[in-house]
Amino acid sequence: MSRYLPHTEAEIQSMLRAIGLPDMESLFSDIPSHLRLPGELNLPPPLSEPELTLHLEQMARLNTDGARFALFLGAGAYHHYVPAVVQEVIGREEFYTSYTPYQPELSQGTLQAIYEYQTLICQLTGMEVANASLYDGASATAEAALMACRIAQRRKILASSALHPEYLAVLRTYLRHCGIDLDLIPWTPGVGATSLDQAEGLMSQEVAAVILQSPNFFGCLEDPGPYVRLAHEHGGLAIAVVVEPTSLGILKPPGEWDVDIVAGEGQGFGNPLNFGGPYLGIFATKRGFLRQMPGRLVGRTTDARGRPGFVLTLGTREQHIRREKATSNICTNEALCALAAAVHLCLLGPRGLRELSLLNLHKAHYAKQLIASLPGFELPLSAPTYNEFVVRLPLPAQQVRERLLEREIIGGLDLGRFFPQMKDCCLFCVTEMNTRQEIDRLVSCLHDLAPGGK
Amino acid sequence: MPEQIARSGLVLEEDLIFEKSSPGRIGYSLPSLDVPEKEVSDLIPPSFLRREPPPLPQLSEPDVVRHFLRLSQWNFVPPHGLYPLGSCTMKYNPYLNEILARLPGFVRAHPLQPDQLSQGSLRLMYELERLLAEISGLDRVTLHPAAGAHGELAGMMMIRAFHESQGNPRRVVLVPDSAHGTNPSSSVLSGYQVRPVPSDSRGLIDPAEVSRLMDEEVAAIMITNPNTLGLFEVDIVRICSIVHSKGGLVYGDGANLNAILGIVRPGDLGFDLLHLNLHKTFSTPHGGGGPGAGPVAVREKLAPFLPVPVVEKEGDRFRLNYDLPRSIGKIRAFHSNFAILVRAYAYILSLGAAGLKRVAETATLNANYLRSQLASHYHLPFDRLCKHEFVATDRFQQRSGVRTLDIAKRLMDKGFHPPTIYFPLIVPGAMMIEPTETEPKEELDRFIAAMREIAEEAQRDPSLLTSAPHLTKVSRLDEAKAARQLDLRWAE
Repeated sequence: MSRYLPHTEAEIQSMLRAIGLPDMESLFSDIPSHLRLPGELNLPPPLSEPELTLHLEQMARLNTDGARFALFLGAGAYHHYVPAVVQEVIGREEFYTSYTPYQPELSQGTLQAIYEYQTLICQLTGMEVANASLYDGASATAEAALMACRIAQRRKILASSALHPEYLAVLRTYLRHCGIDLDLIPWTPGVGATSLDQAEGLMSQEVAAVILQSPNFFGCLEDPGPYVRLAHEHGGLAIAVVVEPTSLGILKPPGEWDVDIVAGEGQGFGNPLNFGGPYLGIFATKRGFLRQMPGRLVGRTTDARGRPGFVLTLGTREQHIRREKATSNICTNEALCALAAAVHLCLLGPRGLRELSLLNLHKAHYAKQLIASLPGFELPLSAPTYNEFVVRLPLPAQQVRERLLEREIIGGLDLGRFFPQMKDCCLFCVTEMNTRQEIDRLVSCLHDLAPGGK
Repeated sequence: MPEQIARSGLVLEEDLIFEKSSPGRIGYSLPSLDVPEKEVSDLIPPSFLRREPPPLPQLSEPDVVRHFLRLSQWNFVPPHGLYPLGSCTMKYNPYLNEILARLPGFVRAHPLQPDQLSQGSLRLMYELERLLAEISGLDRVTLHPAAGAHGELAGMMMIRAFHESQGNPRRVVLVPDSAHGTNPSSSVLSGYQVRPVPSDSRGLIDPAEVSRLMDEEVAAIMITNPNTLGLFEVDIVRICSIVHSKGGLVYGDGANLNAILGIVRPGDLGFDLLHLNLHKTFSTPHGGGGPGAGPVAVREKLAPFLPVPVVEKEGDRFRLNYDLPRSIGKIRAFHSNFAILVRAYAYILSLGAAGLKRVAETATLNANYLRSQLASHYHLPFDRLCKHEFVATDRFQQRSGVRTLDIAKRLMDKGFHPPTIYFPLIVPGAMMIEPTETEPKEELDRFIAAMREIAEEAQRDPSLLTSAPHLTKVSRLDEAKAARQLDLRWAE
């Protein structure tokens, strides 16, 4: 009846006889008959393999064809090239069909790969320890805040208002349910970076952690140094959020700023856009805070014959052992996305990562300068940027977006969506995937939209 | 096929990738810069820049491929053989669904692109929501949660929002002692205290006990049905009505839904919410620990509290609606583990109603077949009709000094992945066995023979078990040492 179900009728009968039951129906005799579904579920009729393929191909075509449109949208999900090797490695069923490696002797492949991923994240962020992954950057940020509250034994978080609005929304949801206060540090208009003066005014001995994202939501680089000092002077922790991880190819890693926890999004390495998921929650900290860390950890040990091997470790932090006292409720994580990121980082190496970062930097600045030179367009924020930047437009962002779509360009993010006072501002993202030709086309389209343009 | 399928064979050792690094090698291919190059320090102040690139390994593309393919050989996975991890539903993951999830139109869609460009993805989400609502017997579904535990969190937050809207968020959640550890943990993260419900001698929840523990401070009870012993909670309707009569809600942990697909619908039993593990019941692969997806189905009265955005249909167009004033807010960035949803959607459409029902029947048949054939050699604390899984223990083997862990490790030598062990916590030395519906009879028979052989070995030669496994790449690993002498990353 289904190619996924192996038993023949004769096999079913022989198994029922072995159990001592007359028929399939009797397998459910423990469920009162009046509770059972009288007929069948109301579902569409089953599709054969060719029919289903056709159906899904048609659905996928209802989306725009990403190859046809030029994409200048980032804002937490970045269009980077995924090398062929990444897809093929994570497409091995030896990796993608296995469960969480509870039985280490049969899971050494996954375990060594995660140990290597943990090391790569430490190398990238400059931190001492990293976990095996969390759901995404936003939930990792929320977990970092909760962890800081446990360590500092305080119940207040101070977060930059230039944090990704969706991260802020997730943070708000998690903190509200744990009865933890959240104060926001305003960002400085005209600059785009978080206001240190305001942070100093808001800081107190009650604050468990200060959260700062760099590059921030507006693409602006933040100087974490003073925030780390401010947090530490008041006995709190500093949390760095990295949403665009390729930036770490050229930017000073959070570890060098002495931050206590790094939470971030690893999608940029090896994981396609996929309409928002699955992505990769990165989480790293200092060794001293290890026991308050959420999520799985892989450690190296030895076997009965003294040979090296890997196991899940420090499970005493986790829900399956500590239940209501666990450091987090996380169980299933994003292991395969972590593997994709690890493979991508190994292919890039130090040179490739730097080259990738520089491609993003130079292309984005090329676009930024050309757009800024158009009549009526301006750059409202002065802070340095990596591959995203805010542009003030001579007409509402929504209109610009519509007009660009007509020319097969997915323009930047309409900032009015999150900041009502910024309805005439757009957040553009340029990566290594945008050719000069595409950028020039964007600029020329914008030029046509300007007052006095075509 | 020989009776004993596991043999030792050629195993290729492989160093850590960092130890294979050779300075100067590269494994990437990037476009050359096609725009004018500026001095980096003119664009970014030098104080923001890293002095040197991160110390990543330096390898060629073939180096990287060989490394990860050698690693891949050390994993035992369901396509190799029976992987009967209880409550994990390690069924066959159709190849077709992997291919469909990689269709370029889906993969390249940006989560914030205008809705008019994402009509295919939005339609799939809209339709999957309705399919899951029908399967669970509930009204609306959020597709946001990235995993089962994430679904529990979203569900408990909706419960809290519901009670707040009634004037009192309440304080307590009832959680049976047989529940998954995520249940109490998710309750606490949602601001609740946990009040455990002891299982009775049948291995079930006793309605009288629920009655005793239930009061106006209890926001909800979390129930896994079938429970982690593989038993259907026969008093579920009474339990639901006791909880409802005091204004509480009933949360369903759908980890074990595989057993009742198309047979009973949790919504019809009285559940108000239910999370579904797409990576268990709906065959999306587990990825070595994730990603999964844990959508939550809810009754209409909880719909105002769903996380934003929700997918709505207007005429023949689909759109994301962020304007839900009473929503719990967001629990993740963007809107779902979309690529996982594609696989589950494809699975449901492949099987249809009759096929899904056959899944539940076959999963239940396979579990009962194993149970009936192992009863002669293993202690079964609840030896009666089970659903998709059952629990055995090491009680008979303990006389020879053999424990559950030893039995599990010895199973590896016989060519099987061990079951879930030492869970549920209420059964000492538990082995929770879930064969799933995609295993053929001959594989089950081999497993039965292996388990019986192990029981005999425990009597004849217990050291064979206590020193197992013998045929794996590594022998038994020292987990105590791993926790004592922490080595969590490679360093030069």
